[in-house]
Amino acid sequence: MSKAYETVIGLEVHVELQTKTKIFCSCKNDFGASANTHTCPVCTGMPGALPVLNRQVVEHALAIGLALNCDITPVTKFDRKNYFYPDNPQNYQISQLYLPIARNGQIQIQVDAGPRIIRIHEMHMEEDAGKLLHDEWDDTSLVDYNRSGVPLVEIVSEPDLRSAEEVIAYLNELRTIIRYLGASDCKLQEGSMRADVNLSVRPVGEASMGTRTEMKNLNSFKAISRAIAGERERQIELLESGNTVIQETRRWDDNKETSYSMRSKEDAQDYRYFPDPDVPPVHIDQVWVQRIKDNQPELRAEKLRRYKKEFDIPEYDARILTETKRMADLFEATSSLCHKPKKVSNWLMVETLRLVKERGLEAEDVNFSPAHLAELIDLVDQGLINGTVAKEVFEHIFDEDVSPREYVEEKGLKSVNDTAALEEIAKEVVAKNPKSVADYQGGKEKALGFLVGQTMKVLKGQGNPGMVNEILRKLLS
Amino acid sequence: MDVSKITASELAAKIKTGEYQAPEVVTQYFQRMEACEDKVNAFVTLDKERALAKAEDVQARIAKGETLGVLAGVPVAIKDNLSTKGLRTTCSSKMLENYYPTFSATAVERLEAAGAIVIGKTNMDEFAMGSTTETSAFGVTRNPWDLTRVPGGSSGGSCAAVAAGECAFSLGSDTGGSIRQPAGHCGVVGLKPTYGTISRYGLIAYGSSLDQIGPVTRSVADAALILEVLAGPDEKDATSVRREHYDFRSALTEDVKGLKIGVPKEYFSQGLDTEVAEEIKKALDILADKGAIVTEFALGLTEYAVPAYYVMASAEASSNLSRFDGVKYGYRTTVYDDLAQMYKRTRSEGFGEEVKRRIMLGSFVLSAGYYDAYYLKALKAKALIKERFTQAFSQFDVVVAPVAPTTAPKLGESLKDPLQMYLSDIYTISANLAGLPGITLPIGKDLKGLPIGIQILGDCFQEKAILKAAYALEKSRPYQAPAIGKGGEVDE
Repeated sequence: MSKAYETVIGLEVHVELQTKTKIFCSCKNDFGASANTHTCPVCTGMPGALPVLNRQVVEHALAIGLALNCDITPVTKFDRKNYFYPDNPQNYQISQLYLPIARNGQIQIQVDAGPRIIRIHEMHMEEDAGKLLHDEWDDTSLVDYNRSGVPLVEIVSEPDLRSAEEVIAYLNELRTIIRYLGASDCKLQEGSMRADVNLSVRPVGEASMGTRTEMKNLNSFKAISRAIAGERERQIELLESGNTVIQETRRWDDNKETSYSMRSKEDAQDYRYFPDPDVPPVHIDQVWVQRIKDNQPELRAEKLRRYKKEFDIPEYDARILTETKRMADLFEATSSLCHKPKKVSNWLMVETLRLVKERGLEAEDVNFSPAHLAELIDLVDQGLINGTVAKEVFEHIFDEDVSPREYVEEKGLKSVNDTAALEEIAKEVVAKNPKSVADYQGGKEKALGFLVGQTMKVLKGQGNPGMVNEILRKLLS
Repeated sequence: MDVSKITASELAAKIKTGEYQAPEVVTQYFQRMEACEDKVNAFVTLDKERALAKAEDVQARIAKGETLGVLAGVPVAIKDNLSTKGLRTTCSSKMLENYYPTFSATAVERLEAAGAIVIGKTNMDEFAMGSTTETSAFGVTRNPWDLTRVPGGSSGGSCAAVAAGECAFSLGSDTGGSIRQPAGHCGVVGLKPTYGTISRYGLIAYGSSLDQIGPVTRSVADAALILEVLAGPDEKDATSVRREHYDFRSALTEDVKGLKIGVPKEYFSQGLDTEVAEEIKKALDILADKGAIVTEFALGLTEYAVPAYYVMASAEASSNLSRFDGVKYGYRTTVYDDLAQMYKRTRSEGFGEEVKRRIMLGSFVLSAGYYDAYYLKALKAKALIKERFTQAFSQFDVVVAPVAPTTAPKLGESLKDPLQMYLSDIYTISANLAGLPGITLPIGKDLKGLPIGIQILGDCFQEKAILKAAYALEKSRPYQAPAIGKGGEVDE
């Protein structure tokens, strides 16, 4: 390659909001119900039905807009985006074009090279469409309108991103913020967070932008990384071979790791946007904005600052713990019960996240009582159970939220701490393993480990390893 | 018992006191339809069995001494763009020929809650687009005063049914004069309330920012009574409003002493039929005799109302009617290869000419590059027109205007020149652009014996002012019913 190229990326991120009901009707906003059970005349576009805006959607959007440091539009309006498709029952989508709820924001992301500021162009509210199901056998298509009218916000960034690493960091940061606010679960795989990537390339040092393409159908961070690499390469190859990049929308096929053209700019539809006459403008005054600000939970950046002051844990731990509000909440609640933040942090970062991964869950799904983890830490510290048993008990706390004290009692997992009983077993082990005894006494430290292991085996793992060690040393000295 | 000329208020009183039996009343109206419908064709769908069952129920409750709603047992006809649960609702279009709504419009629910009995659905211009009721897919409705003439539109069926005595009253909808203009042509009372007064939920939208439901009646008192039943905020319509007062009947006094009436000069210059102008002058003299102060004034900007209206209404219609695509309900073409062809054929075959004309016009004015030049400009004109009316109502209590340039035209005349037909809406559409209330009532007849109406407009939420003026006028010009058809075959 003769020149070095810079990648310029802007993102359009759709986020499904977690509300009790849909954006314009009182149908449940629920994922995974059987087809067309959460529908009504409004979200199926029946003649004469009218949309009524759900206030909770505005509240979530306001909270997100403020957390993204946006200016809030004092009078925000909805517009109709007109296009024909069967998943769109009215054949227009109620969205916002002219006066979106929030504009001119920015967030900070962390990449290996350090912190970066990414500007937000605007964020608007809109309704989601239904889902088309294609029956290949029958050669027919069916529509499920459960998702029709599910509230969305679309967050449009400025073209400030330069690499896949930055894109992933930006999406992670957005996700963390929105999850903290409780406004969405932001799951890419389930489609509650969807990102379209606008990408162009230009020679390093060039000030003007190259022609961009928009990439759709990116359902995971891995797919996003691969698509960015693939599209960057495709555009550079075009330019290097004397061709031009065509402004178009492309669809990423992650199985084939390639993209293909969906429609070019020339085929772009004219959406004939105009203000929706059925939805009156929303007036957002300072009082409302202030109330949302006052109710805003402590966000990650603030938490990090506070943890530094309040808890004696490494910054590395603090970063991981604050990635999700669920982990941070668990950490704070458990630490306040047992006052051992480093131990709590270890249990959460190592065992908890291991189990989250093993069970195919997300941190948000973790659902055990802080009191049970605190109790477990105390049991270990008091020497009532050993580390191996503790890990076993923790799995049951993680899965079934058992009380560790009761569980240990019930299953008879308590460590044998009776010195006389331990001595008796240790003596038997010593008698049965003369070779190891000789080795140890001959200076082989390792042999003691074997003897401890043998003793623990007889104790079915329930011995206090410290005590066993001490007793054996005494016997053999 | 002659139910064809009685008012809804009188009928409700007679049913309540037991002088009339509700089932008998309903039967009488259906007999009246049998006599008139082959000539007038005011109805698209009748609902006889259910209407009789409901009447029996009302009668049973009267017998038990239950307290009933103010319209208990009173038969009503509903314009066919208002959704009625389980009762076919076509918008007089092939597109919805077999559409049965799963819910009723809020306005219909409120009438039924007050005890009114829906007896059928009335004919209209297809999707309320037209001024003659000739664009219906189910045949034209004829004017009961002269069967060779149109009843006006788009609520032509609702107005003709009231004039012909086929119901006690009816509901219409008014986007640019669709209640007031046919009421004028049919010699009945038509009221369009302030935008937002009656919930639009269940009204199949034409121009959402202009549409308003209203009553068509044989008396001003009926209009006030029915408005009381219908008015009020609805959580299902975000554009509906909560008003301070709902006691519309308290305005029914003849006392118009000191009432300031403004008469826009522009409306009486060119294009207005001299007989119509003459009758309106006479009506103004009557009001002046009763103590009202009548003043001519220049309203201004009147020439911008028609273009602004057709741009806005068509733009909204092009979007509102996009849901009729053959996917979910209504007409679907029989032969198609793919989705695009299914859409195209369904809509080409399902919609009539006038509807397609307005969808195309509306799509054009919203398209990229034209939005600013047409739609935004129309919005600005709308705002300026509203400002002019606000100024006028700082001086006057009501504004009096004609309803239409002429009395009812002959069948087949208007659609030949759609542009001319659009221009004839000049007196009525300003009220929709400015959201104002307006009432039409009959004040006389021309030499051909056709009814002439007058229109009284008020400031937003000032229905009481226009009801008062209309009531005073009605006292000197009492209601007349037509002898159906030339020679009065029905009423001998």
